[in-house]
Amino acid sequence: MTNIPIDRLDLPVEKPHHGSGGGWKEYFSFSTDHKVIGIQYLVTSFIFFLVGGIFAMILRGELITPESDLIDRTVYNGMFTMHGTVMLFLWTFPSLVGLANYLVPLMIGARDMAFPRLNAAAFWMVPVVGILLMASFFVPGGPAQAGWWAYPPVSIQNPTGRLINGQVIWLLAVAISGVSSIMGAVNFVTTIVKMRAPGMGYFRMPLFVWAVFSAQIIQLFGLPALTAGAVMLLLDITVGTGFFNPANGGNPVMFQHYFWFYSHPAVYVIILPIFGIFSELFPVYSRKPLFGYKVVALSSMLIAVVSAIVWVHHMYVSGTPAWMRMLFMMTTMLVSVPTGIKVFAWVATIWGGKIRLNTPMLFALGGLIMFVFAGIVGIMLSSVPVDIHVNNTYFVVGHFHYVLYGTVTMGMYAAIYHWFPKMTGRMYNEGWGKVHFWLAFIGTNLNFLPMHPLGLQGMLRRVASYAPEYEGWNIVASLGAFLLGMSTLPFIFNILVSWMQGEKAPDNPWRAIGLEWLVSSPPPVENFEEIPVVISEPYCYGKSEPLVAEAHSHQD
Amino acid sequence: MKMRTFFNIFTLIVGAIAISTISLWIGKLAYSWLPPQAAAESHLIDDLFSFLVTLGAFIFLGVTAVLMYSLLFHRAAEDDLSDGPHIEGNVTLEVVWTAIPIFLVFWIAGYSYQIYEQMGIQGSTALGHLHNPMEMKSAYAATNDEGGAVVAEPSETIDVLAKQWAWIFHYPEKDVTSTELHLPSDRRVHLALHSQDVLHGFYIPAFRLKQDIVPNQTIDFEFTPIREGQYRLTDSQYSGTYFATMEANVVVESPEEYHKWLTKVATHKPMPAYNQAAAEYTQTSNQSVKTGWETVAPAAAPLVNYPG
Repeated sequence: MTNIPIDRLDLPVEKPHHGSGGGWKEYFSFSTDHKVIGIQYLVTSFIFFLVGGIFAMILRGELITPESDLIDRTVYNGMFTMHGTVMLFLWTFPSLVGLANYLVPLMIGARDMAFPRLNAAAFWMVPVVGILLMASFFVPGGPAQAGWWAYPPVSIQNPTGRLINGQVIWLLAVAISGVSSIMGAVNFVTTIVKMRAPGMGYFRMPLFVWAVFSAQIIQLFGLPALTAGAVMLLLDITVGTGFFNPANGGNPVMFQHYFWFYSHPAVYVIILPIFGIFSELFPVYSRKPLFGYKVVALSSMLIAVVSAIVWVHHMYVSGTPAWMRMLFMMTTMLVSVPTGIKVFAWVATIWGGKIRLNTPMLFALGGLIMFVFAGIVGIMLSSVPVDIHVNNTYFVVGHFHYVLYGTVTMGMYAAIYHWFPKMTGRMYNEGWGKVHFWLAFIGTNLNFLPMHPLGLQGMLRRVASYAPEYEGWNIVASLGAFLLGMSTLPFIFNILVSWMQGEKAPDNPWRAIGLEWLVSSPPPVENFEEIPVVISEPYCYGKSEPLVAEAHSHQD
Repeated sequence: MKMRTFFNIFTLIVGAIAISTISLWIGKLAYSWLPPQAAAESHLIDDLFSFLVTLGAFIFLGVTAVLMYSLLFHRAAEDDLSDGPHIEGNVTLEVVWTAIPIFLVFWIAGYSYQIYEQMGIQGSTALGHLHNPMEMKSAYAATNDEGGAVVAEPSETIDVLAKQWAWIFHYPEKDVTSTELHLPSDRRVHLALHSQDVLHGFYIPAFRLKQDIVPNQTIDFEFTPIREGQYRLTDSQYSGTYFATMEANVVVESPEEYHKWLTKVATHKPMPAYNQAAAEYTQTSNQSVKTGWETVAPAAAPLVNYPG
């Protein structure tokens, strides 16, 4: 075996200072352990996922009939605004940051993140955002009702005339969430660049790390635009400036540029780590190396780059000039090239493998199939003439829910099941996991597939009432939504019971290759007794080659 | 061994033919998912959509078929703990599956561009476009402040005013106002879109056309209705509390009928039109128990010659 001296290897890593060290109380403390913070993120965001889900079921309850008869229109508008905001800023973003927090240091062989205190501070902003948003339901005038885009002039209308109103609180919450994300991004990028274990070159990093790296770079360049837009909007509402307010000579379309310059790349911030999860899971459950590792790694970066120049595809009907429409149609379609490379690589990885359909694999496969569907619909949307018809209709709503539920949430579930034994030291119940998968898979399709024909027929998003001819598909979608809501019950039950009294998990229950599987389940506070030395490529399935050099005993 | 290769190639060909046939069928079916084709532009868009559905169905079915084949035939036995073959990649295959999407992207973008250009030419004389083929402003959505001159003289100009939450149409020819949009068929119509307050969107699903309306701007919008009948205009850009109620009927009739209607309506005295937002607002304001939050008050029901 290669003889690499490892005597000085744990020197550059500052020993992190951790809190009380063990016990459930730790999860309620300002712990600086990335594993505790990871789980804090995951649990907090899952609670908000349930809140956002309840909002969604109320919306679908309203839409099961054509008339506006369940809740007042203002309540409906507040509810869909909060559904979108909670699901994005309090579920997808933080849950993925949580997963990355837990996994990245373990996967690259580090003892913690580069800045443990910054990490904890970034996490504790998430509950603040959540509390602010929930509190906005109780201010006079209710929460923000302008949609999660908060397009002016609707967002600056402020019918109550008060300074403290739902929209102002919403902007404040989004700004805090942005600060938290920037802090997280700085931390991730630094950790990945500076703290990889010896021997782990960039092209030996697991693809989840590559994906997180690409995604966090997007955060760094994109978020300033959103923050700037949000600050100007806040000034327009509170002190009556005229950045976007046409009554004061502002240009409302300008806000859309600020907003989408970040918020479209944000979709890639969300989807890239999910691609990373797919790339981690398919090799494990097919017992084959990832097909075309380097190309898949680079395509994450390529997606991050192209994502910066596609935002106008949200604005084809906003009065943008024709050259802009054509240019952004082209760039948007080009995203499908690196994305296609990944999809084909996954299919080729699975092909001819020794496949095991455990719960994580089922969720990953379900997510992959629904992603292919979403991607194809995405190409249709990028075509300007087609988009002119379906823009702002349920066709778009169906599309992005196939991305955000069908792919992202399914991928999140896959990841939670896959790393559950590592995180908790217990095995989950496979039978309940499969029940959860089938309920979620059927529910997702029942809920979101009917939205496509509805959109093609012309049903618009954000309506509380609609023409009677759309009723049939809406009933199917609503029933699907309720089923989807119910599908979380076996998951919650499974996770809680397994965490408390599940079978003890071995270090590596899936016989997976990766640094995180070399340590105990759950890992010790410092992760690695000795920092490992990586001596081979990742995903060496079918080749008996160790991943790390054997540790020297003289270290002890 | 030879027999096996032959069999594999045979399966592949049969599979490809089956998937192609199904995709073509789904592509044809796609037309039925769309509303009636009531404007010249809708034919073009539907053809493009059907093409994208065909292509998309082929890719989706192809990927899923390969996945399903693996899942059915490459499953590990319960006690089989061995690994699959150590295949790290295949350069030829990777080049092929990078090149094909690039080719497809250029194909789709080229076709979309062509359709987009035709949408601009449709119904107007081609002459006006020659000096300015790249800009395609007359398609619709040429904003006045960009100086986009109307290329072909459309037969009709109608002012469209959107406000929270009503549509009001003004026909300068006879100085008539209405809350129902009447359009002559087989004529290129020119709408001047205005908004009084927030962003609105002009959208008639049967025409496949949509354009946001921005306050303080006049947006010119042109198209050619081709099928007589009654359709629905909706607000496609979220405009606040009563967004969903902001609908209007669109009546496409023969030019003779249209002019007859204009002449007749010109003699009507203006009267308040029914406005759902205003009606609902009054109703909720009178409730003793408030079930909602404060809202921007809807504009009063508009006074028009024809409250259709």
